[in-house]
Amino acid sequence: MTKTAQINLVVNGEKYFENVPVRMNLADFLRNKLGLTGTHVGCEHGVCGACTIFLDGVTARSCLTLAVQADETEVTTIEGYETDKNASDLIKNFHKRNALQCGYCTPGMLASSIEYIEQGNPPDRKKVKEHISGNYCRCTGYQAIVDAICTTIEERQSR
Amino acid sequence: MTGPATVFDKPTDYIGKSIPRSDASRLLRGQGRYVDDMQLPRMVHAVFLRSPYAHAKINSIDISQAIDLQGVVAIFTGKDIAQHVEPYVGVLSHLPGLRSPAQYPLAVDVARWQGEPVAVVICASRALGEDALEYIKVDYEQIPAVTDTLDAMSSEAPLIHKEYDSNLAWKREVEFGNLEEALAQDDVVVVEKQIKFGRHTGVTLETRATVCDYIPGDEQLIMYYAGQAPHMLQFILAKHLDMLEENVRVVAHDVGGSFGIKVHTYGDEIATAIIAKLLKRPVKFTADRLESFVTDIHARDHVVDAKIGVKKDGTIVGMGFNDFTGIGPFSMYPRTSAIECNQILNLTGAPYQFEHYHAVGNVVFQNKTLMCQYRAVGHPIAMAISDCMIEEAARVIGMDPVKIRKKNLIPDDAYPTKSVTGMRFDDLSHHACLDKLLEIMDYEGLLVDQQKERGNGIYRGIGFVSLVEVTNPSPMFYGVGGAPIASQDGATVRLDAAGALHVSSSVTEQGQGTNAILQQIAADVFGVAIERVKVTTGDTATVPYGGGTWASRGAGIGGEAMLLASHALKEQVLETAAVILQAKPENLDISSGEVISKESGEQKISLGDLAKIVYYRGNELPNDLRPELIATRHYRVTDFPFVFTNGAMAAHVEVDTNTGFIKILHFWAVEDCGRVINPQLVDDQIRGGVVQGIGGALYEECIYDTDGQMQNASMADYLVPMASEMPEITVAHVETYTKTSVLGAKGAGEAGTGGAPAAIMNAVNNALEPLNCGLWQMPMTPERVLKALGKIK
Ligand code: FES
Ligand code: FES
Repeated sequence: MTKTAQINLVVNGEKYFENVPVRMNLADFLRNKLGLTGTHVGCEHGVCGACTIFLDGVTARSCLTLAVQADETEVTTIEGYETDKNASDLIKNFHKRNALQCGYCTPGMLASSIEYIEQGNPPDRKKVKEHISGNYCRCTGYQAIVDAICTTIEERQSR
Repeated sequence: MTGPATVFDKPTDYIGKSIPRSDASRLLRGQGRYVDDMQLPRMVHAVFLRSPYAHAKINSIDISQAIDLQGVVAIFTGKDIAQHVEPYVGVLSHLPGLRSPAQYPLAVDVARWQGEPVAVVICASRALGEDALEYIKVDYEQIPAVTDTLDAMSSEAPLIHKEYDSNLAWKREVEFGNLEEALAQDDVVVVEKQIKFGRHTGVTLETRATVCDYIPGDEQLIMYYAGQAPHMLQFILAKHLDMLEENVRVVAHDVGGSFGIKVHTYGDEIATAIIAKLLKRPVKFTADRLESFVTDIHARDHVVDAKIGVKKDGTIVGMGFNDFTGIGPFSMYPRTSAIECNQILNLTGAPYQFEHYHAVGNVVFQNKTLMCQYRAVGHPIAMAISDCMIEEAARVIGMDPVKIRKKNLIPDDAYPTKSVTGMRFDDLSHHACLDKLLEIMDYEGLLVDQQKERGNGIYRGIGFVSLVEVTNPSPMFYGVGGAPIASQDGATVRLDAAGALHVSSSVTEQGQGTNAILQQIAADVFGVAIERVKVTTGDTATVPYGGGTWASRGAGIGGEAMLLASHALKEQVLETAAVILQAKPENLDISSGEVISKESGEQKISLGDLAKIVYYRGNELPNDLRPELIATRHYRVTDFPFVFTNGAMAAHVEVDTNTGFIKILHFWAVEDCGRVINPQLVDDQIRGGVVQGIGGALYEECIYDTDGQMQNASMADYLVPMASEMPEITVAHVETYTKTSVLGAKGAGEAGTGGAPAAIMNAVNNALEPLNCGLWQMPMTPERVLKALGKIK
């Protein structure tokens, strides 16, 4: 029999108390148990970055994190970025600049972008590229994503 | 003048503007609807057991230990599945001589590539299903694998299919003029090279996935599908599962990238449909990344012996090559695995004028994953053969690479014309594109910089490509050869009672912005605000019949159908309005959701009010006026087999001669895709395409050992372009509208991938020129660079 455990966590401001198989990863838990399918899985071994979420305010690969490791934590996923991460300007700029095509990398790209901006980094294209180099995007060629991140930082700086 | 041709008589509100895609709002908030997001009541999971060997006889499969495990609902072997399916054969009648044996969804007696499915566990969860796989005992008997394409053609090679006399699937020879004689002339300089193109694959970030459901009461099979061609799959499922086509519904919602990977018949997906029908419940299959690497189609894999002859003044006399390409053990159904080779035979040298051409293509079976059409099918090979050989010839005769192109490119005023292989061209602009390219890249400045840096031991190179891209295909691409692949597409436009437009189309969306451009066209041509146009694509139950997305046809064919349908509805609405307003239809127009006077612009009646009269108060209309408020139009290309797009690109690279690393400093692309409907979307299609081309040129390769084991089937080991290595890509356009449609749009989705590899190889060889060496193998890895430099063995 697969072992299970109780976990207690907050996801996008909502409290959950769930019974999960101990081997279930956090991505599967968010997607299949909570129905938060905005988090995507591209490789399941920590390489593509699609599954990146915030765990207690720090980015984490939800495919490499077990659901039980998220016990007593606060998780923020793409469904919460507009409200819980104040990222509506970043989202608007991604939209305006077409910084997504198929949208599969988008949850992880937004997470890495938010992290870059929150750390107070400059709108420096080279630095942005380095920062998002753990996130694979097959569609855009990355340029539009870098544009959207830099524009957001510039707009915030001039506010 | 009346009719659709008048659409562009006045300025457009939306066509030609960079309007953000409305679908993107949803995707940016985690509200996508990808296949793996679906959970249906009573849904179970299909988990496949795959052959660990590239070539093995399956003596027996013992499921007795696995069947009673927790969560296991059923187990099917290849033999079980074979009883419920008519096998398929990947041949087309317009590729005469192409052979491939009947293929079943799962291997039956023999597994012929590592990753071929041999059995499937149906289970309550994917995790429990993977546990159960461990308990299925397969008695395999290994057979020597044939992996190398050239070895596969030797007379000693083991035969992959006993019924054939060799491992050759197809061979075609194309000859125009007399190349051998022309190259033998005294004043002709002949250059010969072997160029190798590694095998790579699509690596869509969303892996292949399907949920299949069967509703016994309706005898209906529904396949939710992450794919490009719903109607094609509807036909295939009906035919091979022995169902009525109308009882098969294929639905594609959001798709996480496709690039040609998701337009083929995959055994695991067909088996999932069969099992849903047998078990009468929903079954989900989502490939994991390892499964993707060893079962998604691979692409390229060519060894080409090429030659070119030029005169001292740079005039191209002729070119020729012999291409060997390995396609795995079967030709993929239904598009076949010979199209890439065929494209290379047809397209090599296509931008240039010359008389003598002799090309041979050999398509070879081997024990590797199946090879088939991936973004820019054949183009990267064809463009690299001609443009890398041209630049090499230019080096030999001491001519500038731009000059040699200008001398040989088909003049812009020569159209309509034909290529040496008989491809019919119209509305192309090679010279205008090359001129524009030179303008945006500052070629002279780069040359000065190159000279200066060489003095510092820094080796920079500039490389070009002039290219054509096959877009907007007519029935001559597939339909003519018997494939169930529509080349025409349909669009339906309907006015609702609130004055909004509901449009549907048979082309599909994978993120390239199809829905957005359809919305722009409908809003513009009909005359409503873009927010009031709702788009439906991807569902065979609701959209008109058509081909879907492939060969860069969405805008050119799907867009034209939408233009025609929107225009037809507009005429109908104006006739109705004319009766209501007691005016003449030709004096009325529609703008911003209002019927207006053409002359004064005065608003006469809103579309909502008009629709309400028609739908609710028909009594106010004369009895003989029966407005439909819906129009459907279909469109196919009739005058040409394909509508070619052209472009010119350049790469600026730096080769580190100590480490072998190649850095792309900048990339420029000038594209003539006819009318640009949404500049931002087109530019980003080009950029994304260029980056995929960079992947093939520098990083991506499916590495196999001699036993046919893929050595790097994970994202950690298979290198894809990541942000930090990617250059800025400057995109510009020349717009020569195609005369084959009112819209005038050609395709744009594949040019970047088709052209970038040649430009990069040229840039690298330009950089290496002073070091007296060259590199003729893609991907151009650091190791290969160092080997070319003679620094390692
Ligand atoms: S799915 Fe987690 S990094 Fe790829
Ligand atoms: S938008 Fe498709 S992977 Fe990034």
